[in-house]
Amino acid sequence: MGINEALGEYSELFMLLAALTYLIAFGAFAWDMAASSRKLASVNRRAERLNNSTSGAAHPDSAADSVDETEPARAMVPAAGGTVSHERLTGPEDRVARVNTRSGGNRSDSVADESMSYTKERRTAARIGVAVSALAFTVHLTAVLTRAIAANRVPWGNMYEFATTGALVVAGVFLLALTRKDLRFLGTFVIALVLIMLTAATIGIPTPVGNLVPALQSYWLIIHVSVAVTASALFTLTFAMSVLQLLQTRREAALAEGRAPGMGFMRRIPAALSLENLAYRINAVAFVLWTFTLMAGAIWAEESWGRYWGWDTKEVWTFVIWVVFAGYLHARATRGWTGTRAAWLCIVGYLCIVFNFAIVNVYFSGLHSYSGI
Amino acid sequence: MRKSIHDQGTATGDSPGTGAPSRQDPGKLPPDSRSAEENGKPGTKADAPAAGTNDVMLPALGFTGTLRFVWRQLTSMRTALFLLLLLAVAAVPGSLFPQRPANPAVVTQYIEENPVTGPWLDRFQLFDVYSSVWFSAIYLLLFISLVGCVIPRTAQHAKAIRSKPPRTPRRLSRLPHYGAMAIPADNGIPAQQAAADAAAVLKRRGYRVDMRDADGPSFPSVGAERGFIKEVGNLLFHIALIGVLISFAVSGLFGYRGQKILVEGGTFINNLVSYDSFDPGTNFSKGTLDPFSIQLNDFDVTFERETQANYGQPIDFTAKVTTKTTPEAEPVKQVLEVNDPLSFNGTNVYLVGNGYAPVVTVRDGEGNIALSEPVVARVNDAAYTSTIVIKAPDAQPSQLSFVGLLLPTAMKAANGQTVAGDPDPLNPQLLLDSYSGDLGLDEGVPTSVYTLDTSELTQLNGRKLDTGGIVLQANETYELPDGKGSITFEGLKRYIGVDITYDPGKYGALIFSSLAVLGLMTTLFVGRRRVWVRAGTHEDGRTMVEYGFLARGEDYRLEGEEKTLRTLLEKKWLAENNPKDK
Ligand code: HEM
Repeated sequence: MGINEALGEYSELFMLLAALTYLIAFGAFAWDMAASSRKLASVNRRAERLNNSTSGAAHPDSAADSVDETEPARAMVPAAGGTVSHERLTGPEDRVARVNTRSGGNRSDSVADESMSYTKERRTAARIGVAVSALAFTVHLTAVLTRAIAANRVPWGNMYEFATTGALVVAGVFLLALTRKDLRFLGTFVIALVLIMLTAATIGIPTPVGNLVPALQSYWLIIHVSVAVTASALFTLTFAMSVLQLLQTRREAALAEGRAPGMGFMRRIPAALSLENLAYRINAVAFVLWTFTLMAGAIWAEESWGRYWGWDTKEVWTFVIWVVFAGYLHARATRGWTGTRAAWLCIVGYLCIVFNFAIVNVYFSGLHSYSGI
Repeated sequence: MRKSIHDQGTATGDSPGTGAPSRQDPGKLPPDSRSAEENGKPGTKADAPAAGTNDVMLPALGFTGTLRFVWRQLTSMRTALFLLLLLAVAAVPGSLFPQRPANPAVVTQYIEENPVTGPWLDRFQLFDVYSSVWFSAIYLLLFISLVGCVIPRTAQHAKAIRSKPPRTPRRLSRLPHYGAMAIPADNGIPAQQAAADAAAVLKRRGYRVDMRDADGPSFPSVGAERGFIKEVGNLLFHIALIGVLISFAVSGLFGYRGQKILVEGGTFINNLVSYDSFDPGTNFSKGTLDPFSIQLNDFDVTFERETQANYGQPIDFTAKVTTKTTPEAEPVKQVLEVNDPLSFNGTNVYLVGNGYAPVVTVRDGEGNIALSEPVVARVNDAAYTSTIVIKAPDAQPSQLSFVGLLLPTAMKAANGQTVAGDPDPLNPQLLLDSYSGDLGLDEGVPTSVYTLDTSELTQLNGRKLDTGGIVLQANETYELPDGKGSITFEGLKRYIGVDITYDPGKYGALIFSSLAVLGLMTTLFVGRRRVWVRAGTHEDGRTMVEYGFLARGEDYRLEGEEKTLRTLLEKKWLAENNPKDK
């Protein structure tokens, strides 16, 4: 039914080109990290010398802090406001207090803008990274589109296609997010994940274009899988942010105790609390999408197999992921579970997603055996 | 820990007379509030567990006190979280071990292959995870916790919705989001007017507004709140989950599910004897079987032929059927496809499998026809290599049976073996071993039609015997040794496997899960916040306005809201001379 094999081969070529371009983008982002780490270290040393000569009790981030001029209300908050112990607050309110405290009590030495908006600072390598990522995305998009045209259907009918389209969505969501927030610090991690997905797909599970088996011929394939892929892409972002959050938390603890924090590149990255809050916002959206994935899957299963829920391996893992992220959302409202533990839940949830995709698809038998391997 | 958005409310101003509802008052909770107890000692550090205080008090509680304590623990946020994570972990083994409801045969085989661990796993219900005692215990506890959580919160929120926005804090500047403006005396907006304006603006933005000291001599102020629906969404979400669980139970109690294999030309009538296998719900009654019938006229299969890469992969299965809703009804021609079930009054019929049924005729030693019908062969692989068991219990003087393979397209592989090369019937071949002897069908022990226990039988043919195996092309006949009879391969028919299900719980499941998504989106994306605006007149005649924002729950749009409100007020009051001062 209208398979164009020649076009399919072009698609595979584009896919390789995209991977190579992403590799360059990855290099640029990594360079940005390394370079700024060195630059910041020297700024820091100078600042320290200055600090030591003036006052010992200087704010840890006062030297490098160019942020917060954009905060008019801050000046009006009585000085006492800054010393309010927001540690006493818990649960959601705790979050609010923590969100709203931008500078007071900030134990981070991060130079990043806490609201993650763009600052005036020029970061050439990061700019190159974004530009090359956009180029790679375009090539990647071409690859996926030609695949879709060659197969005459949506390009997510087997594992190769899930992986390549999934990677495209990850990159797309990242680039889209970049237009609103300065998340370039995530570039190294996100582009690395995209690269891993593309490499695994093109080298590990190359699959020539083909028609869909009857079980997949349903408009639910379009709905269910596209939403699942989008949710997974968002979870990819929050996974990266949660890992960074954990690293940043360790650094902040070290700083608070006056130890050397190490990992200089982390200064480019916002404070743990900012990471946590943005990750939460993205996770909230992703969780809704995942809930919808679960529901759409159940409706499809009802239409295809006559039962909406049968504890098939794939269903089990989709459920497990859903429950883990429900736990994450709960954790954010539970005393003692915000911050680090919530981040761990987010990471565990993402690992379950990877497991569900990579291991369950390949090694577990079930009704959902469409991996095409 | 805080239970809900509402509970924070009690912390920040719902409780009368606590003064400034600022972050400095987190511990001021009414003594009867559940969250107060859960909070342990107010003022403890966020990361330090507060359970200690409760433990110390335990001995003095008495019986009802202990009960109340247990209930409180069970309905606490921490327990809910713990049970949720436990549920996630408990669900995993069900994907690692074969499960009885889905695959009873595989479970039996697993236990046979693992004689030591198998029975132990079975003892811990690891082959029935989702109906096991421990899995049920976890989710039932979770849902009890949920009920215990939702009921008081619903009551609290109902009260909150009816109450006025909390009183204006004395020191607005202590709020996390605070701002101030000054209106020049020339603009002619007295304090009263400013407060009224602010109230109007807030009202238009969907806030519930309450004016204070509107006519008084001192500082008129506005208290406003919006986003009550956030907590409504949260409650809706959690209640809907209970609905989903109940729907699950309804499915399990009143539904049924059965399988039937239907060969071309065959008819299925929906009554218990027609099923190949039947799995009723706990409360199933025969009366719920809808008396429809389906005849399979024709089954069309299309395999991929265009591309080399996926050559032979199925791309279309279409069953043409004639259906009747009752024995007396008019026959209707319908099409049954994968992903497109037939529906009869709530009972659905799904196309879930297909294969070949070779028509064979077995003649016995006396020359009589012992069997002449299509025999269903079970498909093993993508080339439709199928295993077949043929039993002829009517054969005389001894019963006859055959096991072997059906190859739709028989081809010689490189190693000389005959293999199936294509799913379409281009060169169908039956490869059989034959047996004679009592099949044991009269002993009343149920045996599967797809298996043959050869231990009590005498083998007549086989690859390892001198007689060799039986190889039959279409329309060929093979004479069995010793005049035991013959077998003829008359031709091929296709069959379909259908699942017939009746599931009265699915509608509830759909409705409640939709409600859950709705509630979820509401609670996650609506911001609940309070605003206070106070106006006053400066000695120099300017009207001073200050305002404070307080988010309740996660609300990342608060900052944007603050900016919008400020812009609106500036437009209203400062439009003409637009001074830069604040
Ligand atoms: C069936 C098990 C449960 C699931 C799947 C579940 C899921 C969720 C999800 C996804 C959220 C995030 C949405 C929101 O913030 O409103 C949430 C919030 C919440 N849940 Fe549950 N929940 C369950 C049981 C419980 C129980 C037993 C309690 C009470 C102890 C509870 C109390 C809460 C509260 C208070 C929130 C709001 C937290 C906040 O302000 O962010 N939940 N729940």
